[in-house]
Amino acid sequence: MSILIDKETRVVVQGITGREGGYHAKQCMNYSKEYASGGGNVVSGVTPGKGGEIFEGTPVFNTVGQAVSETGANASLIFVPPTFAADAILEAIDAELPLVICITEGIPVKDMMYVKRYLNDKDTILIGPNCPGVITPGECKMGIMPGHIHKQGSIGVISKSGTLTYEVVSQLTEQGLGQSTCVGIGGDPIIGTMYVELLTLFEEDDDTEAIIMIGEIGGTAEPDAALWAKENITKPMVGFIAGQTAPPGRRMGHAGAIISGGEGTAQEKMKIMSESGIHVTESPAEMGLTMAKVLGV
Amino acid sequence: MNIHEYQGKELLAKFGVSVPKGGVASTPEEAAEIAKELTGKVVVKAQIHAGGRGKGGGVKLVDNVSEAKQTASEILGMNLVTHQTGPEGRLVKKVWVEEASDISRELYLGIVLDRSTGLPTIMASTEGGMDIEEVAEKFPEKLLKIPVDPLLGIWPSSARKIAYSLGLPDNLIKDGVRFITNLYKFYEEMDASLVEINPLVQTKDDRLLALDAKVNFDDNALSRHEDVKEMRDTDEEDPLEVKASSFNLNYIKLDGEVGCMVNGAGLAMATMDIIKLAGSSPANFLDVGGGASREMVENAFRILMDDQAVRAVFINVFGGILRCDILAQGVVDAVKSVNVNVPVIIRMEGTNVEEGRNILESSGLDFKVGNGMADAAQKVVEALKN
Repeated sequence: MSILIDKETRVVVQGITGREGGYHAKQCMNYSKEYASGGGNVVSGVTPGKGGEIFEGTPVFNTVGQAVSETGANASLIFVPPTFAADAILEAIDAELPLVICITEGIPVKDMMYVKRYLNDKDTILIGPNCPGVITPGECKMGIMPGHIHKQGSIGVISKSGTLTYEVVSQLTEQGLGQSTCVGIGGDPIIGTMYVELLTLFEEDDDTEAIIMIGEIGGTAEPDAALWAKENITKPMVGFIAGQTAPPGRRMGHAGAIISGGEGTAQEKMKIMSESGIHVTESPAEMGLTMAKVLGV
Repeated sequence: MNIHEYQGKELLAKFGVSVPKGGVASTPEEAAEIAKELTGKVVVKAQIHAGGRGKGGGVKLVDNVSEAKQTASEILGMNLVTHQTGPEGRLVKKVWVEEASDISRELYLGIVLDRSTGLPTIMASTEGGMDIEEVAEKFPEKLLKIPVDPLLGIWPSSARKIAYSLGLPDNLIKDGVRFITNLYKFYEEMDASLVEINPLVQTKDDRLLALDAKVNFDDNALSRHEDVKEMRDTDEEDPLEVKASSFNLNYIKLDGEVGCMVNGAGLAMATMDIIKLAGSSPANFLDVGGGASREMVENAFRILMDDQAVRAVFINVFGGILRCDILAQGVVDAVKSVNVNVPVIIRMEGTNVEEGRNILESSGLDFKVGNGMADAAQKVVEALKN
């Protein structure tokens, strides 16, 4: 077991003929071969106008709908450039894919405002945008993370960041702690899925023993999730917030801070997380170690 | 991206948002020309991006054209210091000259994205003229927040609700609805990330006017607004940050002594944090991105070495897409071509890390290699002591 993706996942890559999309589709295929004995894998690609082509042995279609009906794809991985990415997400939602992961960085906020609103009454789970993707070690890799640093196991990882997620994964692996599933939720102001939905999935997942949650300054997603987790999550949790030394007001206007009831400094967030029973570490070098201590290993 | 008040007012006027009559001037003569066209008293306002201009002496009310010219000559070229500029202040290159308004009430109107709901939200308050964070703290009941469904846009009924909550008299409700609706249209169509009208004034002759305009734009959407892109004023930004952005580097200047070069924003922040924990302070935030090339690393070194406060460089890279051997070669080449005169501490992890370490060791250059983030940060602090 795991969350979101496993060895049954059949991935369609939107933007598979682009430079980024092609490179990472290949990497995901390699991971499937090397680490997942052919489990969760890329089964098709989509690039409008390139339908009929073959990419590394998998068929390319003009539309997501065709890719779904022809190859049984049940999850989409998006590498479409920012200007067209929202459209690609909408197409995947309309094809009724249960899971859509968007890697693209730099999508205009307004476009995501429309997408987020459209998602409201749909069953699709959107992860990202501006994220490294999702990996269930030993089963399926849907993203741009280096596969080899992961290890099968029972720690659920949720993080806003890319390389900082690799950092925490590598620290966990170093401590002998494998991961059930690692999810990069993305660092944009509007993202498809926040912490709470994923915490729920990890709580319900029998193979996840503990959860580590990595956040950063801005917004109130982490404290909101912490307060919710206090009542709803029974599994041990470890947390870290990046940006303890970040200067205030550099990335968001004052008015944004008011709406969310305060700027969302790392210190405030860590305080609320601690008070909610999450084991918070101040040092980014001790994320894995803290989890090992909490689990007594 | 930020723009000046005068640019904001000119854009808002195009969307039918009423602003006082006025114009922008770079010389006292131009200021006088504009003042000639205006009726009654005139306000001369310094154009810099920072707030608190009035208190700093950058906004003056004058009686006639010759005073307008005189005041403009005093404000233009002055180094305006406000609570937002820091002690060094900001050079004033332009003034906005406008017809003075006979104010009856000062209100507040703003539109911003509420990150927790993902919805644009209109904020309105009868307490205009003061900082809105102060209003939120002291009189939270006086701050109305109305979320807008982006798929539907703003409805007259929502705008009416806001207009009434602002206590507008009956004869101004229609104008109020138009003002609010047009402001939302501006926010939406122009991909603004923040629009703040503070104060929005009701004049004694019953008009509604945007007396000030603070507008920020979504950087990700600038490619579809060439006109807005051209409004960027790099004189308002830190020179090193301007240089870094020309290299496509994500850099923010801080006031510490350790120059940081990291791939990924989250790891870059975590790197700043660990430097602090080790007992020093970061000189900058610098994200070289996922696929840092040799050229990028070189440019990053140039930026770091331009900062006189930097006494050591800490490179922290988790190689995923970016391979450690490529990074190491980039660092070696960069140190050879850029004059790097401070200790360089490198921590690398991930893809091809062994090859990377070999390249550093055989380069003949004096790098210190950290084993993990904490060890590297410790080595940085030790290097600073020498």
